[in-house]
Amino acid sequence: MFKSSSKNHSGGDMRLASGGRINRDKPLQFTFDGKTYGGYEGDTLASALIANGVHLVGRSFKYHRPRGIMTAGSEEPNALIRLGEGAKIEPNIRATQIELYPNLKSESQNRWPSLNFDLGAVNSVVARMLPAAFYYKTFMWPASMWMTYEHFIRKAAGLGKAATDHNDPDRYEKTNAHTDVLVVGGGASGLMAALSAGRAGARVILADEQNEFGGWLLSESDTTLDGHAADRWIADAVAELEAMDNVTMLKRTTVFGYMDHNYLTMMERVTDHLGETPKHMPRQKMWKIRAKHVVLAQGTHERPLVFGGNDRPGVMLSSAVRSYITRYGVAPGRRAVVVTNNDDAYRTALALVDAGVYLRAIIDMRPAPATPLVSEAMRRGINVYTSHALVDAEGTRHVGRAKVARINPKDGSITGDAFYLDCDLVAMSAGFTPIVNLHSQARGKLDWDDQQLCFRPSTYHEAAQCVGASNGIFDLGDAMADGAKAGAAAATAAGFKGSDAKAPQVDAPVQDYRPLALWKVVSDANPGAGPKAFIDFQNDVTASDIKLAVREGYHSVEHVKRYTTNGMATDQGKTSNINALGIIADQLDDKIPNVGTTTFRMPYTPASFGGIAGREIKGLFDPIRGTRMDQWHHDHGATFEHVGQWMRAWYYPQSGESMDDAVQREVKAARTTAGLLDASTLGKIDIRGKDAAEFLNRVYTNAWLKLPVGRCRYGLMLKDDGMVMDDGVTSRLGENHFHMTTTTGGAAGVLDWLEEWHQTEWPELEVYMTSVTEQWSVSTLSGPNAKKIMNKLGCSVPLDDENFPFMSFKDATLAGLPVRIFRISFTGELSYEINTPARLGLALWKNIMAAGEEFGITPYGTEAMHVLRAEKGFIIVGQETDGSVTPQDLGMDWIVSKKKDDYIGKRALERASMSLDNRKQLVGLVTENPKDIIPEGAHAVLDPNQPMPMEMLGQVTSSYYSPNLGKSIAMALLKGGHKMMGETVYFPMIDGQPPIKATITDTAFYDPKGEKING
Amino acid sequence: MLNISCPFCGEREELEFTCGGEAHIARPLAENQITDAEFADYLFLRDNTKGVFLERWRHAAGCRRWFNMVRDTVSHEIIEIYPMGELPKSKQGKAAYEACWRRNTAAEAAAMPKKSRAKKGK
Repeated sequence: MFKSSSKNHSGGDMRLASGGRINRDKPLQFTFDGKTYGGYEGDTLASALIANGVHLVGRSFKYHRPRGIMTAGSEEPNALIRLGEGAKIEPNIRATQIELYPNLKSESQNRWPSLNFDLGAVNSVVARMLPAAFYYKTFMWPASMWMTYEHFIRKAAGLGKAATDHNDPDRYEKTNAHTDVLVVGGGASGLMAALSAGRAGARVILADEQNEFGGWLLSESDTTLDGHAADRWIADAVAELEAMDNVTMLKRTTVFGYMDHNYLTMMERVTDHLGETPKHMPRQKMWKIRAKHVVLAQGTHERPLVFGGNDRPGVMLSSAVRSYITRYGVAPGRRAVVVTNNDDAYRTALALVDAGVYLRAIIDMRPAPATPLVSEAMRRGINVYTSHALVDAEGTRHVGRAKVARINPKDGSITGDAFYLDCDLVAMSAGFTPIVNLHSQARGKLDWDDQQLCFRPSTYHEAAQCVGASNGIFDLGDAMADGAKAGAAAATAAGFKGSDAKAPQVDAPVQDYRPLALWKVVSDANPGAGPKAFIDFQNDVTASDIKLAVREGYHSVEHVKRYTTNGMATDQGKTSNINALGIIADQLDDKIPNVGTTTFRMPYTPASFGGIAGREIKGLFDPIRGTRMDQWHHDHGATFEHVGQWMRAWYYPQSGESMDDAVQREVKAARTTAGLLDASTLGKIDIRGKDAAEFLNRVYTNAWLKLPVGRCRYGLMLKDDGMVMDDGVTSRLGENHFHMTTTTGGAAGVLDWLEEWHQTEWPELEVYMTSVTEQWSVSTLSGPNAKKIMNKLGCSVPLDDENFPFMSFKDATLAGLPVRIFRISFTGELSYEINTPARLGLALWKNIMAAGEEFGITPYGTEAMHVLRAEKGFIIVGQETDGSVTPQDLGMDWIVSKKKDDYIGKRALERASMSLDNRKQLVGLVTENPKDIIPEGAHAVLDPNQPMPMEMLGQVTSSYYSPNLGKSIAMALLKGGHKMMGETVYFPMIDGQPPIKATITDTAFYDPKGEKING
Repeated sequence: MLNISCPFCGEREELEFTCGGEAHIARPLAENQITDAEFADYLFLRDNTKGVFLERWRHAAGCRRWFNMVRDTVSHEIIEIYPMGELPKSKQGKAAYEACWRRNTAAEAAAMPKKSRAKKGK
């Protein structure tokens, strides 16, 4: 009944003459490992490869064994494909989920030099030396060799290769949604749940990972609903749901995470199936859902049987075989053997016969099955071997024959001589496992079902309900009724009047859902020498590995999992979990529910990083803040540095200048003529209210109540542990109105800090804080010629020291622009911090530069600012402080009020440990050789010749060459430093150079008397 | 991710909020004399309760207001949300408040201002 024996038709040799949901009018071409094949629209890559007789699609992770397509769904552990070209390459995509599109390009993975001839397969030959936890055991000694081992292990480890071109050209989106009812899975019971909830008027989102709704109904040819083929009922249900405004239907959408308070994440593959992404559409879209109620209709996974060679290409899950025949119109083989411990595989056997495949036999491990399906198979003349098992699927790159033997169904021991059945397809079934991954992620509990041999949902942590097969209800009619009921209940819980949608009349084969409890056939070979029987195909974990782990003392299922890697990584135990538990239980002579189960983790199936990141990449990953003068800095060749979220002009190199040259020139100019700094990034907080002064009095260490209007004061903020947190100048704009400045990086944190204290500790104070950082542009003009430039710009207020003294401010006009001028100084020179409404910032800056040109005004960046303040011994919070430094440690006792009842940090400073002599204290350093610049972070010692480990005194916090002093200067936090003035310390160098010798000094290196402040 | 009902803005995602740690830690005033050890208890010791816990939260990416929360740290159930400066009203919240070791410690007693009490007494 195959379509044709000719090799040239487009759909593949193994394509059936009719049937399937593929579009035979739309033939497509695709390549796999460079070879071109034909398929149809509606195929998956897996079904198209099988149609072309290609089963060998990859090599396994550890042993590099040949592997084929085992499933027809997202649980596929073997057929992991590298898809796409160039920057669009994506590794480890399941062939069973790749929808075929024109000119699709795919490659097999984990093989070298080729899939058919793979050198890594030598691992398989030496497999007896690669048992469970091989790496842990082998590479432990000698420890010194680990670095050597690691190199080779890293090379061999990892599955698949990512694109080497990292510029993913695709766009990804994220969206948030709220819904009354989220239904996960659009199979029979999921559709029923959506119908119930949708008809009640609830907002419903129905998400299904496949390209069409219907789930396993699409793969059953022996089932009718209301007297018609199942797809007719599906089409009606989908049409009704799509017509409802309150229902959102999402295909190709995997719910991959289930978190607290019914928060779920899903990935919609919007255009992956098109090959080319249309410009206006994203490739994938991540949904973040908050649902009032969740209905989990995820269905089941069929379990593989555990026998030798169960991983060989051509050995497939029974339900997958049925799916390829019915849904894709493909025969996965020409001569088949069905092997099972339950009824369901008989439906596959009948489908194989109906499709014209030569069915050699059904091997049934059960002793005397007498169900309608068994009778039907016998009636149709199929050979049925009961109390038999498949012992070994033999072959090289494809199964060639099945070794079959009579067994004792009680213990799996072989009781008769083996015989062989030639075949190229083995359909296996060990029963069905409800998919409880999301239920488990949401901390739902499970109960063991001793009849159906599976875990079923028992109690729920979130507002959720598992339905149908994922609730352990395998009968189709019952499952649909279960879905209808849960949908109605969910809608009711969300405040709607829900009633159960009426389930259709189901006509399907009557089945016994109790598989035989036999987890592993006892091999007739010596332990360890027999053919490998796999449990976890993706991680290459065999039955022997599990047994070995138990023998070695790992009795907890969580330990066995980690020791053998069973159920880890992307597979998350979809096909392996129950088989592993069964073998552990056997080995411990205990029951599966006592062994317990591991917790399923997110994601259900892998989610792309692109989707998780969405648009938050590159420039949008973390916003960069720039000032209004930014473009000017760029135009004048500035280099920039990160300060918090800001990019600040660092220095302005002229042609041929190094960084050092530029900084030295800028520093010198600010002291000899005039320098201009863009200080717009400083944090600025507007504080007002009748208790504003009292509030400042409590958050700063010094006194604020009597600061006159129009004056400015420097303040230091501590945390309540007494450690310096931030500093800045605050000015009194009015009786109840202040303008606070903070460090650039600390602005947001300080505002939060003030709010916290106001809201939580002193709510009785009437005070309001508003960030005004971005409302002002600030140009800081500094240097002996500053006043001349100000006058030239037509400053509207007199600038003499009597009218406009240091630490005061004036509202004025300058160059015709409205400004607020603060006479404060971070350089020690005569200095004006000129604030103007932000939008006028660039105009003001340009005016100042133009007026200053005749004086040689020089723009300077943050590096020069650092040097200038270090010359004066001014601290920078975060550089001289690190959260363990008090004002006293900094030698700033003068700013700490002795009179105030309280301020943040006061009690902490009174602790005995705060006044110890050996605290690290801030001192200045002058090097013996004025050209030596001590690296910041260097540690000080008294004697550089003492044996190691040396006794450290402390570390350098700031260190520069001062062009104005013509020597190197530094600041350091040294133990007991304040009492060591004039002493010599050494800084051993890690690069082998001789230690740098320095003398401890005061920190005010330049103009210690402050005579320059008035110009 | 928690779904938190801000008392000022309504239900919002957890990522709009920051947790400010344990609630109801009274700050001893510097005017009151307590030992360094008693002060250190206030400054450094924080509970890490398994079960019902009283916490401070802030709607950082919203109204920036602080509030208190009674939360079960095991089930992540939010039992009660109540304003700053008030005590929990739920049974579980009250029990957790009373059971806290801080009640009636020297640090807590020192949070009462001496002078203002004297002034009010005049």
